[in-house]
Order: sequence, then structure tokens, then C-alpha cells
Amino acid sequence: MGRVVVEVMPKPEILDPQGKAVVGALPRLGFTQFTGARQGKRFELEVEGDVTPEVLAAAREAAETLLSNPIIEDVVRVADISDVTTEVTA
Amino acid sequence: MSATLASARIGVVTFPGTLDDRDAARAVRLAGGEPVSLWHADADLHGVDAVVLPGGFSYGDYLRAGAISRFAPVLDTLVDAAKGGLPILGICNGFQVLTEAHLLPGSMIKNDHLHFVCKEQVLTVENAETAWTRDYAQGQRITIPLKNQDGQFVADERTLDELEGEGRVAFRYTDGNPNGSRRDIAGITNAAGNVVGLMPHPEHAVEAGFGPASEAGARAGTDGLGFFTSVLGSLVHA
Repeated sequence: MGRVVVEVMPKPEILDPQGKAVVGALPRLGFTQFTGARQGKRFELEVEGDVTPEVLAAAREAAETLLSNPIIEDVVRVADISDVTTEVTA
Repeated sequence: MSATLASARIGVVTFPGTLDDRDAARAVRLAGGEPVSLWHADADLHGVDAVVLPGGFSYGDYLRAGAISRFAPVLDTLVDAAKGGLPILGICNGFQVLTEAHLLPGSMIKNDHLHFVCKEQVLTVENAETAWTRDYAQGQRITIPLKNQDGQFVADERTLDELEGEGRVAFRYTDGNPNGSRRDIAGITNAAGNVVGLMPHPEHAVEAGFGPASEAGARAGTDGLGFFTSVLGSLVHA
């Protein structure tokens, strides 16, 4: 089973009220070094077989028609999950 | 009342999660029209003369408000009908559906203060020539309820300038901007004036005793009724 990651972020020029609330809350926990925060969305689309170029193309089309609204959001990543490095340091 | 007016059939679409379809249907009836229930999964408009997309939380506002409803079968038909001149009014979630369907420009994001707002809102009618506003006077102030969390109208500067330049700002928030909407815009129209969307709720201000406060007394306000009489008049004169 393959999986495609799609990431969507609010456009830079669009005020992100949720991100603003997050950055407002961080100092209350002592995180004073973060001066900004923006909140986006991550989707994981599953397919039966491998993530082929055709699958990625379909995922990009889905990302641009349904998963994002081009007026307020940008699709910032469409990728095979195995190509997405997830670093979690304990 | 003329026979044409009495026989005008106004469709009201119900999506999963729609809340205000019954109020919209009642507003149509009080204005003198015949409300017709339309179902999101039915592409047939059943010969209606105009359509209201009512408020609520279709599909739970999942993904984005209005984003999933935009792909309902009824919307395919509506997009074509809109281009053919069918009067369509999107209220609140219905406005969000119209922007997602690209029948109206811009989009709505979360209110700038992040809170749900529920208040009686003063608006100025900026365009009294649309199918849904012709019974108002240009510059008239009306008071109708506003209730939403994702009500902040946004668009790029060029689009905003176009809307202003072409007289397509239909309603502007007055006596304070409740959600950070660009240029105090509460509602807009397409160039032809048949498709109108706004965040506040005219269908909740159509009957004395159940509306906002007005000079006539508590809950006496019926400023929203003009939307529905306007469209009935547009149909008669069409």
C-alpha cells in the first residue's frame, strides 16, 4: 500500500488567525523564542499499489481542486510518504 | 398579489448539516412565494425560478466551510443555471459554497478574533439593483442577525478593487466590523446581479415578533424580508 502526503498552508499574505492564537499562547508556556506561527493541513492519501508518477499527478490535481482553495491556500508539498523524511528526536 | 408572484417557486437546498433551510423556506412563503425543497444529491432543480443556499454547517465545515458541498450533484446544475441568469442567494454557509464553486470571488476564513459571533448586525445596502436587493434603497441601513465563526471575507487587493469599481459590493458592515472582513464587506454580487452571497442572515428577520430589535420594538425587525420580495419582483419583471 502506498501513501501520498499533501501539505496545504494558508497563503503568506492571508492573515492566519489560528497561527496567531498559537503564537500568542506559546510564551505562556515559556516558549519565548518563537516570534510567529502559521497553521496548515497535512493529508495522507492511500492507494492500493505503489505511488507511481500517475498517482502523484492525480494527488496534485486533487490537492488543487478539493484539498485546497487557491484563493486562500497554497499546496506546498505533494510527495510519496517514503520520500518525506520525518525526524523525531526524543 | 399577482398570479405570477404567487406562483413563483423558490428552491431551498438542503445539504447534510444545513440548519437554516426551514427558516429560508418560511421567509419565501412570508414574502409570497412558494418554497420548494431541493436535495443536495439531486441534480434536478425541479423547474424552480430561483434558489437559496441556506446557512448551517454543511459536512460539518470539514476541510473548509462549503468545500465539500461545492461538489454536490445539485451544484453542477446550479453553476450552469447561474450562468444562464437564475437568481441564486447564498446565506452564510451558502455564501461559502458559492465562493468555493467560484460563482463569487474571494473566500471566508476564521473570524479575526477566533470567536463565534451571534449578534444583530447593521448593514448598508451598497447595491440595490441585484435580483435580491431591488426592494431596498441604495445606501439603506438594515439590521439582520449575524452568526458564524468563519465569516472573515478575504480576497486579494486587485479583486477587492474590481468588486468596488464594478459596484459588486452588495452589503457592508456598518457601526463596526464584526470579523475582520476586508473593507467591511458583508456580501457581494456577480456582475450580472443574479448571484448574491452574504454572511448575515436575512431569513431570520422576516416576521414581527421573531426578528431583531427595531424602532417598532423588541424582535419587531423584518429588514430581511426585502431579499425575498426582491427576487419575487425580479421574476415578475423578468
